[in-house]
Amino acid sequence: MPADAIATTRALVDEIYRTESRRVYATLVRLLNDFDRAEEALHEAFAVAVEQWATEGVPANPVAWLVSTGRFKAIDAMRRRVRFDASITELAARFEDVASTNAAKAGEEIADDRLRLIFTCCHPAIAPSTQVSLTLREVCGLTTEAIASAFITAPATLAQRIVRAKAKIRDAKIPYQVPAREELPERLESVLQVVYLVFNEGYSASSGSELTRPDLSGEAIRLGRLLVELLPEPEVIGLLALMLLHESRRAARTSPKGEIVLLEEQDRTRWNREQIAEGKTLIERSVASRAFGPFTIQAAISAVHADAPTAAETEWNQIVSLYDVLLRMNPSPVVELNRAVAVAMRDGPAAGITLIDALLARQELVDYHLAHAARADLYRRSGQLDAARNSYRQALALARQEPERRFLEKRLMELG
Amino acid sequence: MQYICLIAAENMMEHFTAEEAARQYDEYQEITEQLRRSAQLVSCNRLKPPEDATTVRVRGGKAQVIDGPYAETKEQLGGYYVIEAKDLNEAIQIAARFPGARYGCVEVRPIAVDDQTRTALGF
Repeated sequence: MPADAIATTRALVDEIYRTESRRVYATLVRLLNDFDRAEEALHEAFAVAVEQWATEGVPANPVAWLVSTGRFKAIDAMRRRVRFDASITELAARFEDVASTNAAKAGEEIADDRLRLIFTCCHPAIAPSTQVSLTLREVCGLTTEAIASAFITAPATLAQRIVRAKAKIRDAKIPYQVPAREELPERLESVLQVVYLVFNEGYSASSGSELTRPDLSGEAIRLGRLLVELLPEPEVIGLLALMLLHESRRAARTSPKGEIVLLEEQDRTRWNREQIAEGKTLIERSVASRAFGPFTIQAAISAVHADAPTAAETEWNQIVSLYDVLLRMNPSPVVELNRAVAVAMRDGPAAGITLIDALLARQELVDYHLAHAARADLYRRSGQLDAARNSYRQALALARQEPERRFLEKRLMELG
Repeated sequence: MQYICLIAAENMMEHFTAEEAARQYDEYQEITEQLRRSAQLVSCNRLKPPEDATTVRVRGGKAQVIDGPYAETKEQLGGYYVIEAKDLNEAIQIAARFPGARYGCVEVRPIAVDDQTRTALGF
């Protein structure tokens, strides 16, 4: 066979691996009922594809071909093991039987399999931080090393957590299924939390010197799109909208030197209009359902900013009303803080300071650097510079992220 | 698949008023009867309070016997159910129905079914 035919096939297989391997994997997990067996079968199937497609051409439905090849390879492996251990003969027969019954309905269920995989990785019986790693590993196909470096964990530690989680899925029999209607809202919430956590980790790293880690945000948006495609619930749509609208400002939110640029100082011509348009369409879709929740409201707030040609022309009144709705749905001191800032923008700094002081007096958010930073900013705007300096110092004492610290120090210096 | 549901709480039957305890017994009786009817009950019982517990350890061939449970925690094991459930989700749904889940917690653990264990236990 000519070398270039092999090279062409290999490139094609690589491309299919990149786009479809997690889909094939999700189905193999269901058919083989085991994460590790599925992983092995997946790689065997792709290895066969490289050889066979070069001579016989690419099959009409590569995903179905890969699933069935992977399944046969796994059954072969089982048979080989059976020769050494007669006691699992019966098990192998039963397994083969189940696999072929499952394969019969494989076509219609392939799409659902990725959803099954997501819900299994985000099962509440798995620790939340492990849910995040497991989802990135199994659903997105990220390597353990990449996940470890993104979350500043030792690869060995992370690998061990993933192995343990997979063992628990197998041993405690966490089912490979999309939850029933009555369980869905609660379980979906934990899936959406995982996706949002991945996004936020990429959008604003919790510590360290880099403000953004675009790869993780990209993965979260990909997951969001997948979820919208498979399970278009209002809040799934709302979360994707929220992520797109935040992401649209990425280019504008840091200076070339990596310094924070606040919303009101951002160059709005650098906002990604395509992402904004897509986000707004999604919000309309979610709102039309009348069953939307906090993610959709937060997206709508972000969209009001996106619509303002300049910071001064922002519809603060609309933002305050959206925060009112959000607070009713989801009472939280952080939401109250954001609402206080919006009120200050609408009614003047004094109104905002009163609200923040009331929050701090309740002992809430006293350790949250952004509460002090917001208070400092409002004092700065109203010309009460001593009070502003005090609050900036308090914020600095609590801030952990390098770019945020540099920003606060800069503000303090400007006050003299 | 079998799971054991270990019911633990700070407040045990012995600490309830007679009226509260009676209510608890009624509730446990009801759920136990339901599980029996759906063939999901393998076995269950209440445990006497931790004050009645004795812990045995053998060290250097000698049995050390001490008063009390092995774990000094606020929440104490008060009872258990061994149930038959098709997967963890079903086991969780059952565990959530035990009254103890409301004032304490229920640990759900799969029971081992590997060949080595079964052979060792003579099944």
